[in-house]
Amino acid sequence: MCWPRSTAEVAAAVRIARRHDRPFVARGSGTGLAGGAVPIGDPVVIVTTAMNRILDIDAAAGRAWVEPGVGNLDLSRATAGFGLHYAPDPSSQQACTIGGNVGTNAGGPHCLAEGVTSAHVLAVEVVLPDGSVAVLGGEAPDQPGYDLRGCFVGSEGTMGIATRILVRLVPDPPAVTTLLCAFPDAERAAACVSGIIAAGIIPAAIEMMDARITAAVEDFVGAGYPRDAGAVLLVEIDGLPGGVAEIGVAVAGIAEANGATSVRIAADEAERALLWKGRKTAFGAIARIAPDYYLHDTVVPRTRLVEVLRRVYEIAEAHDVLVMNVFHAGDGNLHPLLVFDGREPGTWERVRAAGSEILEACVAAGGVLSGEHGIGLEKRDLMNRVFTADDLDVQARLRDAFDPDGFANPEKVLPSGSRCGEMGPIPEGTWI
Amino acid sequence: MDLRSVAGAVAPVGARTQWEIGGPPPSAAAEVRAPDGITVWEPDDLTVTVGAGTAFADLAAELATRGQEVVLDPVDERATVGGILACGCSGPRRLRLGPVRDQVLQVWLALADGRTVRGGGPTVKNVTGYDLPRLVVGSLGTLGVIERVTLRCRPRPEASQWFTGGRAAESFRPASRLTDGGAETVLLEGRRVDLEAQARDLGLVPVAGPPSIPRGSHRGRVSVDPGRLPALLEVLPADVRFRAEPGIGTVLVASDDAAAVLAVRDSAALLSGWMLREAGLPGDDGFGTALPVASLAARIKAAFDPGNRMNPGRLPVAPPPPTVAS
Repeated sequence: MCWPRSTAEVAAAVRIARRHDRPFVARGSGTGLAGGAVPIGDPVVIVTTAMNRILDIDAAAGRAWVEPGVGNLDLSRATAGFGLHYAPDPSSQQACTIGGNVGTNAGGPHCLAEGVTSAHVLAVEVVLPDGSVAVLGGEAPDQPGYDLRGCFVGSEGTMGIATRILVRLVPDPPAVTTLLCAFPDAERAAACVSGIIAAGIIPAAIEMMDARITAAVEDFVGAGYPRDAGAVLLVEIDGLPGGVAEIGVAVAGIAEANGATSVRIAADEAERALLWKGRKTAFGAIARIAPDYYLHDTVVPRTRLVEVLRRVYEIAEAHDVLVMNVFHAGDGNLHPLLVFDGREPGTWERVRAAGSEILEACVAAGGVLSGEHGIGLEKRDLMNRVFTADDLDVQARLRDAFDPDGFANPEKVLPSGSRCGEMGPIPEGTWI
Repeated sequence: MDLRSVAGAVAPVGARTQWEIGGPPPSAAAEVRAPDGITVWEPDDLTVTVGAGTAFADLAAELATRGQEVVLDPVDERATVGGILACGCSGPRRLRLGPVRDQVLQVWLALADGRTVRGGGPTVKNVTGYDLPRLVVGSLGTLGVIERVTLRCRPRPEASQWFTGGRAAESFRPASRLTDGGAETVLLEGRRVDLEAQARDLGLVPVAGPPSIPRGSHRGRVSVDPGRLPALLEVLPADVRFRAEPGIGTVLVASDDAAAVLAVRDSAALLSGWMLREAGLPGDDGFGTALPVASLAARIKAAFDPGNRMNPGRLPVAPPPPTVAS
C-alpha cells in the first residue's frame, strides 16, 4: 500500500507497479459498498487520502479544484463562507472522499434535484494506466471530441486514478423546509412519492425510512421520528421563500391524500438538522440491533417502487432474514438492509440467498444493479443479467482503450469472459 | 438496424440542421437514418424512450400534452434527438438544467460490425457499467449510429420569463444568462410567486425573448473558461456577431467574413479555449486543434469502429492502426 502526496507520486507508483508486473487499485476512504476498492490478488493499493488539499476555490464562477482525498463534507464546509456547497451528499459524506465519489459516480439524497457526481465534475486530472498524466474535461464547458471526463466518472478505478478534480459548486438556497410525513405502511409512503413526482414537483430530496429503521434511529440519536408510523418520508424543499412555502403546502396535501397520519414541518434549523442526522446515522443505528448488515443499492423505475418494496419484504420473510428499508425514494434508489448476526450458523447462506433474490426482483422490474456504489466485485458476475454479451464486449473494449494491458483494478466491474472470443473460467481439473 | 447491410463509409443523418458541424461530411458515404417515434413514455417516472430519428418538435409536442419537456433546446426544432446528441451542442438553459449529456439515461448504438449495443439504463440514477450514454454525446456519429435513447423528462415550470435590466446578474439560479454585447438577459423559471418577487426585488424588466442567434455564412461555437469570457468578448472583431453565455463560457459567433471567425478561434485558443465549426469556413477541419489525449481518443474510436467506417473525417481522430493480416 502507498499513500502518495502528489500527482507525480501517483504516476510513479503506477509505473513502479507496472515494472513489477503488479496491478494497482485506487482507494479513497473505502466506504463503497460494492468492493470496488478491495484488492484482489497482490495489487499495489494506491490510497489517495493524503492528497487532501482544496487547491483553489473560484467563488465567482462557482467551482473548485480539489485533490482526490478531500472529504465530501469538508469541501462543503470550506465553501460555506462563500454561500456555496458541493451538491452530491452521500450518507457517508463525513468519511468519503471526492476522488472516491468520482470513481463510483456517487449520489446522495440531494442528487434528486441536482444530479449525481458526473453532473458536478467538470474536469479530472488523471494518471492513466500507462503512468501518463492527462486532463479529461476542462475549464471550458465543452471539449473537442469524446467526453473522456464523462467516461472516466464512475469507472471505478479501471480507467486510471484521479489526482485533481474540478468540481461545480452550487449556491446555497435562500429558503429550505423539511417535512416529516408519517404513514401507516411503506406502500402508502411509496405511493406518496409517486404522487409528488406525478404532480410535477421535484423536491430537493425525498428519503424513506420504514418502522424498523425509525425505531433504531430513535433509540440511537432521538431524531424525533414518530414511533407509531409504518414508514416515514423526509421531504426537503429548497429555493426561494415563496415557492418553497407553496410547494410545502402541496406536498403536505399529497401526503394526506395518500393516507399520511401526520405531517410535521421542521420548525427551525436545529430541528431540520436533527431530522437529517437521523437519516444519515441510520446505518450506525443498525449496530444496536445486530452485529452485521448487508446493504444493497439498486434502482428501479419510480413507478414500480410500491410493488418492488412489497417483494423485498416477502423475500426477506421467506428467508427468515430481518430487512430494513432506508433509501432515496425520490429517484427509486432502494437500499434494503439485511440485518443479521453472522455468528449464527446458516445465516450467511440465508442472507446471500435473500440478497440475490432482491436483486433479481429489481432487475425484473426494469431496474439496474447499482445507483451510487457501482458494480465493483459484488455485482460483477450479475452484469450479464442486465447486459447482453455484445453490450459487455463493447464495455470491455472501451476499458481496454484506457488500459490495454489490464493493470487498473482488474477483476472489477466486468465479469471474465466479457470480451467476445475470450474464454470463461476454466473448470478445475481441465487439461490445458 | 444492421450496418452490415451497408457497404463502406456510413453517415448518420438527422434533419441536417447542423450538417456542416465539425469536420467535412464524408464524401460517398451511405446515409443512414435512425427510427423515429416514441417507444415508451412513463410520465409518472419522468422518462421517455424515443427513436433517435424523432424530430425534437414532435417529441416536445407530445410531452407537452402532459406538461413535461426534455431539456435539449436545439437551435432549430426540426433537429432530431439523435442529431442533437451526436452534435453535443447544449441549449441556453444549460446554466440551471445541465448540458445535453446530463439528459441521456440510456442509449442503443448501432455499430459498424452490425451489432446494436445498449449502455446506461432506464432509471434516473445508475452506475451499472461504463457511461456509454455520455460517451456518444458529441461523438458526431463516429462511434456508431445512435438508434434509440432514454431521456430524462422534467415537469414544465409554472412560470418562465426572460428579463433584463436592474440587477439581473444577481438573480437566484437563473435558467439562462445571455448577452450579445448589450444588457444581459436572464431566463427565470419556477414558481410564479418567485419570479414576481425576484423581478420586484432586483428591478427586472420582462422582455419577449433572449438576443437572437447570430446569423452569417460562417459560424462557430466557442468554448472558454467562463472566467475568461469577458477577455474574449473584448477582442472579438467588429464584424463578428455573437451571443455569449456568462457563467458557462460558450459563445455563438457568426460573420460573412471567414477570416473574422477564424480570428475568434485564434483568440479562444490563446485563452485555452477552442471553437467548433458550425457552418461555412471551407476547408476547415472543424476544430482547429488536436483532440485532447489524442491517442486515447484514437483507441476509443478503434474500439467501437475498427474499420473506420463511421462518419470518417467528422472528428480529427487518428485512424486506427492497420490490422495485421493473420
